[in-house]
Amino acid sequence: MVEKAARALGANVAEHAVHAVDQVTLTVARGEVVGLVGESGCGKSTLGRVACGLHAPTEGEVRFDGQPMSGPLRAIQMIFQDPFASLNPRMRVEEIVGEAPRVHGLISPSGQKGFVDDLLEKVGLYPAYRRRYPHQFSGGQRARIGIARALAVKPEFLVCDEAVAALDVSIQAQVLNLFMDLRDALGLTYLFISHDLGVVRHLAQRVVVMYLGRVIEIAPAAELFARPNHPYTQALLAEMPRLDRRRREFVAIKGEIPSPLAPPSGCHFHPRCPHAMERCSREAPALREISSGRLSACHLNGE
Amino acid sequence: MLEISGLVTEFGTRQGILRAVNDVSLQIKRGEILGLVGESGSGKSVLGYSIIGLVDSPGRITAGSIRFGGRELIGQSDEEMRQLRGKRIAMIFQDPMMTLNPVLSIETQMMETVFAHEAFSRQRARDLCLENLAKVGIATPEKRIKQYPHEFSGGMRQRVAIAIALLHRPELIIADEPTTALDVTVQGQILYEMQKLVRESGAALIWITHDLSVVAGFADRVAVMYAGRIVEQGSAADVLHAPMHPYTRGLLDSVPANNEGGGRLRQIPGMTPSLARLPQGCAFRERCSRADDVCLSMPPMERNVRCHHPLC
Repeated sequence: MVEKAARALGANVAEHAVHAVDQVTLTVARGEVVGLVGESGCGKSTLGRVACGLHAPTEGEVRFDGQPMSGPLRAIQMIFQDPFASLNPRMRVEEIVGEAPRVHGLISPSGQKGFVDDLLEKVGLYPAYRRRYPHQFSGGQRARIGIARALAVKPEFLVCDEAVAALDVSIQAQVLNLFMDLRDALGLTYLFISHDLGVVRHLAQRVVVMYLGRVIEIAPAAELFARPNHPYTQALLAEMPRLDRRRREFVAIKGEIPSPLAPPSGCHFHPRCPHAMERCSREAPALREISSGRLSACHLNGE
Repeated sequence: MLEISGLVTEFGTRQGILRAVNDVSLQIKRGEILGLVGESGSGKSVLGYSIIGLVDSPGRITAGSIRFGGRELIGQSDEEMRQLRGKRIAMIFQDPMMTLNPVLSIETQMMETVFAHEAFSRQRARDLCLENLAKVGIATPEKRIKQYPHEFSGGMRQRVAIAIALLHRPELIIADEPTTALDVTVQGQILYEMQKLVRESGAALIWITHDLSVVAGFADRVAVMYAGRIVEQGSAADVLHAPMHPYTRGLLDSVPANNEGGGRLRQIPGMTPSLARLPQGCAFRERCSRADDVCLSMPPMERNVRCHHPLC
């Protein structure tokens, strides 16, 4: 904004374009749980928002059930990372959860109380708390309020953007179990965005790995963790802290994640890749099928 | 080298006096890495602040002793603590912007830290700063030292904060969740560097975290906190692979990696009690499958575990 104003006033400020999401093609089948992983700046949150219709793509299109989307749909709901920042602190829980379905005509004003009570119970909260404000709840409870709110409009598809990242391990377990129970009970489809590989490994059937705006690997979860193909995926898994690791000496992966404003040429990962070849700095590898259901974007896979 | 006995840190609130640190006893030796593990509200951060004397009102230490190098820290004057802080005891925070002043260049801030405790020449001070920046893995330190915090990424800022903490070769470093907000690959690098630095300098390190997996490959000993008390401590191998306290067991069981993929995660029922409404006796009683009437009395710390019915 400031830069726009500065340009309007005659300042010589260059326009920056960040390719937050760079040529991504992704399909999620009904009933699937897809994990979307990557580190800061990889574009996973942006992709999640585009999937929800909260962000219009600059190029390309998003389709839901075969129909192109032009904005947010009630059928796709998002659950956010910071359960405090995403709840209106001045609204009581009954309004936070009940407002949208009432406005959409899914429930009558007189039916709101019963509907909200049911939903609160479903997510493991006492209906008696319906008149409380967000600040009167713990982090785990606020996460549940966010889930209840998303479910209130009877969605088919949930995008969870780091939904359990801010929670303690024991609360995380409760909330993850809740996600799984709801999926079974309501037949939901999930796009689960997380930097926590342990969580994704547990929850997802298929995993998509992103790096600096591009999808670099897609595989069924068990296979991705057992036999990662892309060097970045391998590095990510090697760095994952694990309980069964006894007193290992840490091995550093070299370099820092480059700024999305100035990504490296060719394959974005080449400056940090232990197997980089000359070709990698010139030519971005295409995301190709390397075996059934597995795709990877790496020149090492030959062609 | 650090001996904490019966430490109590209280906060006066409208709901009454809350004991964030409740009768904690702990020792740490030179060159040792202690993982202090606990969830939100367990008191682990307040314990860290208590050691370094940074507990602000309405909190205060009301009982116990903290002996550092044989010297009692509780009751020291502000000036005496200021001499110790940054020189012999250093702290690294979760948010590096708690250490770094956004309007000063890294050089200004690091030099300031050097001069706070030593009367070096400018040249010698600058050399020390550059040396430390290189030690924490910052490339081209002569260029970067002139930059401002906003020109660094989160991981780089944390490295700068660590470099500042190490400037005076402290004997004790307290790190409060320094890698929690960082990406996994950056976390891996920082853990690697910290381990190296601690081994080389012989400093003791208290690594405060809620993430058990991080301490697994990293700490020599682990202490687990719950509702202000230490409920279990021991070697990392013992605590993480043969835990005695049901809470530790519960925490380990809820980690996704320890559960069968796709199945329900094992979870500890209920929630951490509010410090204002602790149950009588063992604070974990209401969530514990092994609890009985005996647990209505506070279990003493015995053989490194505070439990009437330890697992084993």
